[in-house]
Amino acid sequence: MKVKEIIGQITNDIMTNDPMTKEGLSRVDGRLKVTGQAKYSAEYKVKDLVYGVLVGSTIAKGTIKSIDTKKAEAAPGVLSVLTCFNAPKIPGYQTDTPSPKGPLKIFYNDQVYFNGQPIALVVADTFERALFAASRVSAVYESGPHQTNLKDNISTAVAPGRGKDFVKGVEDTWNTAPVKIQQEYTIPTEVHNPMELHATIARWDADDKITVYTKTQGVKSTQRSIAQAFKLPPENVQVTAPFVGGAFGAALRTWPHEIAAVLAAKVTGKPVKLVLSRADMFTSVGYRPYTWQKVSIGANPDGKLFGITHEATGQSSVYEDFTEGVVNISQLMYASPNINTRYKIVSLNVNTPTPMRGPGEATGAFALESAMDELSYQLNIDPIDFRMRNYAETDPGNDKPYSSKYLSDAYKIGAEKIGWSNRNQKPGAVTENGWLAGYGMAAGMFGAHRSSATVLARMMADGTLVLQTAVTDIGPGTGTAMVSIASEVMGIPAEKIKFDMGDSSLPPSPTQGGSQITSTVGSAVHDACVELKEKFKSMAGNTDASNYTQILKQQNLDKLEVTTSSKGGAEQGKYAMYSWSVHFMKVLVHPTTGVVKINKAISVADAGLIISPKTARSQMIGGTIMGIGMALTEEAIIDHRYGRLVNNNFADYHVPVQADIPQVEAYFVNKPDTILNPIGAKGMGEIATIGVAAAVANAVYNATGKRVRDLPITPDKLV
Amino acid sequence: MKAFQYTRATTQQSAIDAIAKPGTKIIAGGTNLIDLMKRGVIAPDKLVDINQLPLNSISVNKLGHLHIGALALNSAVAEANLVKDLQPLLAMALNAGASPQLRNMATVGGNMMQRTRCAYFYDTTMPCNKREPGSGCGAIGGYSRMHAIFGASDKCIAVHPSDMCVALAALDATVTVSGRKGQRLIPFTEFHRLPGEHPEMDNTLAPGELITGISIPHNNFAKNSYYLKIRDRQSYAFALTSVAAALEISNGTIKQARLAMGGVAHKPWRLFDAEKALVGKPATEESFKQVAEIAMQGAKAYEYNKFKLKLAPATLVEALKHAAGLV
Repeated sequence: MKVKEIIGQITNDIMTNDPMTKEGLSRVDGRLKVTGQAKYSAEYKVKDLVYGVLVGSTIAKGTIKSIDTKKAEAAPGVLSVLTCFNAPKIPGYQTDTPSPKGPLKIFYNDQVYFNGQPIALVVADTFERALFAASRVSAVYESGPHQTNLKDNISTAVAPGRGKDFVKGVEDTWNTAPVKIQQEYTIPTEVHNPMELHATIARWDADDKITVYTKTQGVKSTQRSIAQAFKLPPENVQVTAPFVGGAFGAALRTWPHEIAAVLAAKVTGKPVKLVLSRADMFTSVGYRPYTWQKVSIGANPDGKLFGITHEATGQSSVYEDFTEGVVNISQLMYASPNINTRYKIVSLNVNTPTPMRGPGEATGAFALESAMDELSYQLNIDPIDFRMRNYAETDPGNDKPYSSKYLSDAYKIGAEKIGWSNRNQKPGAVTENGWLAGYGMAAGMFGAHRSSATVLARMMADGTLVLQTAVTDIGPGTGTAMVSIASEVMGIPAEKIKFDMGDSSLPPSPTQGGSQITSTVGSAVHDACVELKEKFKSMAGNTDASNYTQILKQQNLDKLEVTTSSKGGAEQGKYAMYSWSVHFMKVLVHPTTGVVKINKAISVADAGLIISPKTARSQMIGGTIMGIGMALTEEAIIDHRYGRLVNNNFADYHVPVQADIPQVEAYFVNKPDTILNPIGAKGMGEIATIGVAAAVANAVYNATGKRVRDLPITPDKLV
Repeated sequence: MKAFQYTRATTQQSAIDAIAKPGTKIIAGGTNLIDLMKRGVIAPDKLVDINQLPLNSISVNKLGHLHIGALALNSAVAEANLVKDLQPLLAMALNAGASPQLRNMATVGGNMMQRTRCAYFYDTTMPCNKREPGSGCGAIGGYSRMHAIFGASDKCIAVHPSDMCVALAALDATVTVSGRKGQRLIPFTEFHRLPGEHPEMDNTLAPGELITGISIPHNNFAKNSYYLKIRDRQSYAFALTSVAAALEISNGTIKQARLAMGGVAHKPWRLFDAEKALVGKPATEESFKQVAEIAMQGAKAYEYNKFKLKLAPATLVEALKHAAGLV
């Protein structure tokens, strides 16, 4: 049998063995995690370790005239205080690109671009001594006029390189439709705030060799960045991150503090550990940017869309242009003859944003799906019905066929599970025990990607299968999904499979982000296992090819291995490939105090075939909760007079707590995408969050008749 | 954090002697003090740990007065049957505060002594008259969403963050303090002070005085009490507005009422006029709405907390409805 036929066979095997009828594997590293044996970046015991603490600027714009480090240097246990005035130049920083904009270069010059920008790093023999000495560092600034308020500076917005205006049909024709809406929406800055703080341990093993334990979503990309910064061959930079305690995008890139830790290790000649404080997490590792949007939609009285215009302006820093696909969702979601979008950014004295779960799309979906809801009331058409009347059967942007789209199935499942038939089309009409009750829904979508990955699959003489690839697992259960796939293909129990990951010396995998890992690495695991099985088959002759240990014994081998690279092909140009989701909320709103309680949340995904049901459900529920935080509680607040955050801590920045979260149920359409990849799975990480905020806002409207267009929906906005 | 000395007091007298020296602070649960020290908001030279003092009893005397030692844990008080039976309002308020982990550490005395959570007080790079007299008020003209609508001054618009204290203010509690001159009693409503010209002073405790306990006189409010807290999330968030409501109702008519608000002033905001207005009225939503108007007299909002002018009376009416059993 040819490899291709085997793939077909195995795909069929997976398909017929419906994973939704069983729980699937429990998290393969679950025991390590709950017993504290899983080692995170800050936990490595490294000999002679010293500790670094950052000092942040206290102005938002200006020049550092001087930094007094004497008191800090005189403090007990201090080894070094690095500032822009004494830090050795980082070799990779010297080769400037022609553009003045780029990632923040730490200790590079005397310029302050945002409040909280690291201006010094104190290194001492204990963390406590470093922290104390850091409090003794003081700077003299010449401050300039800063700008941190997007609304006040929206006239300075510019279209960034990536943000080309999109036009399908005729621009801005929504206005000529008989039924129309135009509304503005804002989302505040939202901070990833994973439970695990960003942490780096850097140790120089030789003049040109370094080991780095760091929180990252991609050990390979961190390896490249550090190698580039210190002008080292990439293979001389060992990056290790087998466990990551949540990231949501905040560890997608190599941050200045990681470079600072490597630099400090060089300067002190000792391994340096640098753990960000919770306050640092608000200014050192990005966030979902404050974004203003205007959505205009025109429709015919029968509910057929005529035109959509979606404009958005997000914030970025003065030193770097951050862009994201805020308006893309309006180009892709609904069949409308006319669609146009505009996207701009405003440069402010803030640190650079970074993708946060459902980057751009979660922001855009809040506006588009709120506006669709608003229009559905104007049309007096049920919101699901309204969406079905404009259901895209091919990609609205380019008319390509979908590789798979079962969003309508997801609508049906969600509507049934939430009890949509109990919804009253008239807002503010239903009360339950003195609380206003309402239902809302909103959809989400995100590109179903597949990039390239290489996996080593090695069958050991004892029947243990070792899989190796550099991918990290920031929480979704990547290891579990990979073991599930290998177990299925090889026909061996999961306990016999070891998945090595999070190590830059392993075969390459992409950075974990953009909902691509199960599709990409899962396909590579699949292909490697198929190839390994084939190799056994050719050795076995007439004997049973699935008795791996016996074959190895017969062949007098202690192992048999393959290294397989896997990536998508021509299908990627022919098809439009997306994952889809829909979120349903039932909320209760107190009529006089404005308190919102989510009574029930249902999230349904078309994420292709579900590989690992238990961890998939968990990931989906987590994404829904993140969306509830976006909808109801989360907001990083800047006092624009000082350009400084006033709630950069967990008491005042409100991540939802258990009491805020109702019964959340996750369901999957669970039909394979037969085109995207051989395993039939599409991504899920982003769509779990995209659309949730609009679903909540839409439910609040249904309950109260009050439309909140500025997140988060706190009691003051409903009272 | 500045280096400091740490000692344990084994007797009440030794604690009182120790705190007479400037730069000395008492530590009990430490749930707020340690935060403030870490942030550099306060930097004591010496901490005197009083956890070994026998001040954690919860008891009731023959007259039905409930006495609670200053070191009784917030969680222990909230769970005590005596408290739940005699003064359920206090238990409800305690359970509305902080998180279980914090309530397991925090003491009654410490809860009273906690400082405002105003962001400008906490950030040593910002102006704050409470932290650094004369430096200005960052919240006035700044992010004033959590701030006072009653009793503020042009020096400070911070609010007291406690839930427990709102209930104690409503329940006519008395604070027992001991100092070098002996013991004295402070009515709970006079324990915390308004900012006036001296926002750096949170309360009327004299230097060197130690809180040893609180007493709540007997009352007939147990059946009709309610603590309602409105906040941005359902646990571990400070009050936007909160109300402690206690009623004595006879045949549908209010005989006595006690009301206090939280999240609205530099101290728990007792509503004496509204209480008086309730007496003799029927326990109906209509009566509650009328007194809510009285309660709001003199309220003044700032840029970001105007919503409290609506939310506070709404919270009051809702709390009273719960207390009266109308919800």
